[in-house]
Amino acid sequence: MDTKDIYTEAKRPVISIRDLKKSFGTLTVLNGIDIDILKGENIAVLGKSGSGKSVLIKIISGLLKPDSGIVKVLGQEVDKITAAELQQLRLKIGFSFQNSALYDSMSVKENLAFPLVRNKRDLSIKEVNDAIEEVLNEVGLSQTINQMPSELSGGQKKRIGIARTLILKPEIMLYDEPTSGLDPMTSIEINNLINKVKQQYNTSSIIITHDLTCAKQTADRVTMLLNGKFLPPGKFEDVFNTQDQSLRTFYDYNFINSK
Amino acid sequence: MAPDLENSEILPEKKALISKKIDSFFTDIYNVYKFIALFFKELFSRPFEWKEVINQCYQVGYKSLALVSLTGFITGVVFTKQSRPSLSTFGASSWLPSLVSIAIIRALAPLVTALIAAGKVGSNMGAELGSMKVTEQIDAMEVSATNPFKFLVVTRILAITFMMPVLILYTGFIGMMGSYLNVHANELTSLTAYFKSAFATISFLDIFSSIFKATMYGFTIGVAGCYQGYHAQNGTQGVGKAANTAVVLSMFLIFVEELVIVQVVNAIR
Ligand SMILES: Nc1ncnc2c1ncn2[C@@H]1O[C@H](COP(=O)(O)OP(=O)(O)O)[C@@H](O)[C@H]1O
Ligand SMILES: [Mg+2]
Repeated sequence: MDTKDIYTEAKRPVISIRDLKKSFGTLTVLNGIDIDILKGENIAVLGKSGSGKSVLIKIISGLLKPDSGIVKVLGQEVDKITAAELQQLRLKIGFSFQNSALYDSMSVKENLAFPLVRNKRDLSIKEVNDAIEEVLNEVGLSQTINQMPSELSGGQKKRIGIARTLILKPEIMLYDEPTSGLDPMTSIEINNLINKVKQQYNTSSIIITHDLTCAKQTADRVTMLLNGKFLPPGKFEDVFNTQDQSLRTFYDYNFINSK
Repeated sequence: MAPDLENSEILPEKKALISKKIDSFFTDIYNVYKFIALFFKELFSRPFEWKEVINQCYQVGYKSLALVSLTGFITGVVFTKQSRPSLSTFGASSWLPSLVSIAIIRALAPLVTALIAAGKVGSNMGAELGSMKVTEQIDAMEVSATNPFKFLVVTRILAITFMMPVLILYTGFIGMMGSYLNVHANELTSLTAYFKSAFATISFLDIFSSIFKATMYGFTIGVAGCYQGYHAQNGTQGVGKAANTAVVLSMFLIFVEELVIVQVVNAIR
């Protein structure tokens, strides 16, 4: 796998993880994760449910603490910095949750305003409204501004969830199963949005997914979380030429042996 | 004769189960203690979430006002009606206003209001925070750099702790109005005469202890509701459990507190 040429491109890693371990009681979930995610790179992480994908990105965003290992995000060790520093760091990390996690007591507009007004208290109402309009346009949902989350479809919720993170102009995006539960058409819209975000905001992303189409369309590199470790990451085509049984299972299921 | 406990077959399993239950009981108590400690720590750290506290106060009042008005009124009417025969037997129905006001201010208003608030506000806190927890809204808040404990928990506990004394005084007033209507219908007492007689027996200590009780009850309901919601697990099922446990727990604790506070106040009196 020629990951080497990507490394030599003199890009700095925005996320750098070394020998990360995490257990819950007797259940070992992550058992020595090593990865560098480079500036402007999208990396897809595959893995069956319960393999610890969400735990990994929760550790990256400081929602969970690692048991051991080094997790550096934008040069800072997330589990070592102070609460105030973590707060600042989090403004640069966008987290798109699996079930969108929109605040269901707030309208779309209030959802989008929330991260902004709470972190940039000196903004005028007009500046906030402009920012909301901008991200809503970005995700193509301007018409939903006064709706409640319960009135949105699954795909719309996902996009509003992404918009809510974009409003802070993040450097890193973490997508937790962005296309799960969506029909193929809507999935493709989300994939396109992920690519658009990468270009427009120059983000680096981790995209957790079961969906190989999503991985293929959005990722520069693909890896798989297996037994608490990453398989060596590589380009989509390279990774899926492998005879590794667990990868073949994914591949065969998604493309119904189209090879 | 005592059964042979040492040689019983099922005993090891039961022992393990009991020791597990005792274990989790003490971890629960420790976790609640930590939760309360965190509440006081966040309470005094900047920035204060005044806007959200006021919003929550409004929610608490709005949610319980109709219900406490009705129950307070009915309590006043019924208690007066039920007490009249025994007092009449001694030819003492003119004592009704003072008897009723003591009962309402010292015991009925605080208890009735607290139980209603536990059912209405406590369960709502458990359910609301619980569903935010299991649908990752609390995580979402945290990653967007808002302290969810401060924004959701501290504000709710503060709001109900502030609002409970207000609600209890209000219920007391409504209860006495209900009582007055009944007294007026039977004994033709005027409003001023009624209140004169009612307040003649109520001391400052009575009012003060009711306000103190109210504050304790409010805090209890807030902590129970928020603790249960904030630690909800296992999807939608966990939300129901959080709401339910919040109500049961706060009702139980309210009665325990009532018992203790009555002892203390009577010792002072
Ligand atoms: N906060 C937690 N406490 C205990 N166990 C957890 C916690 N979070 C995740 N787990 C466990 O870790 C494992 C991996 O979970 P997760 O990362 O959510 O899987 P997935 O790969 O499907 O996203 C699961 O077995 C889950 O039960
Ligand atoms: Mg997951």
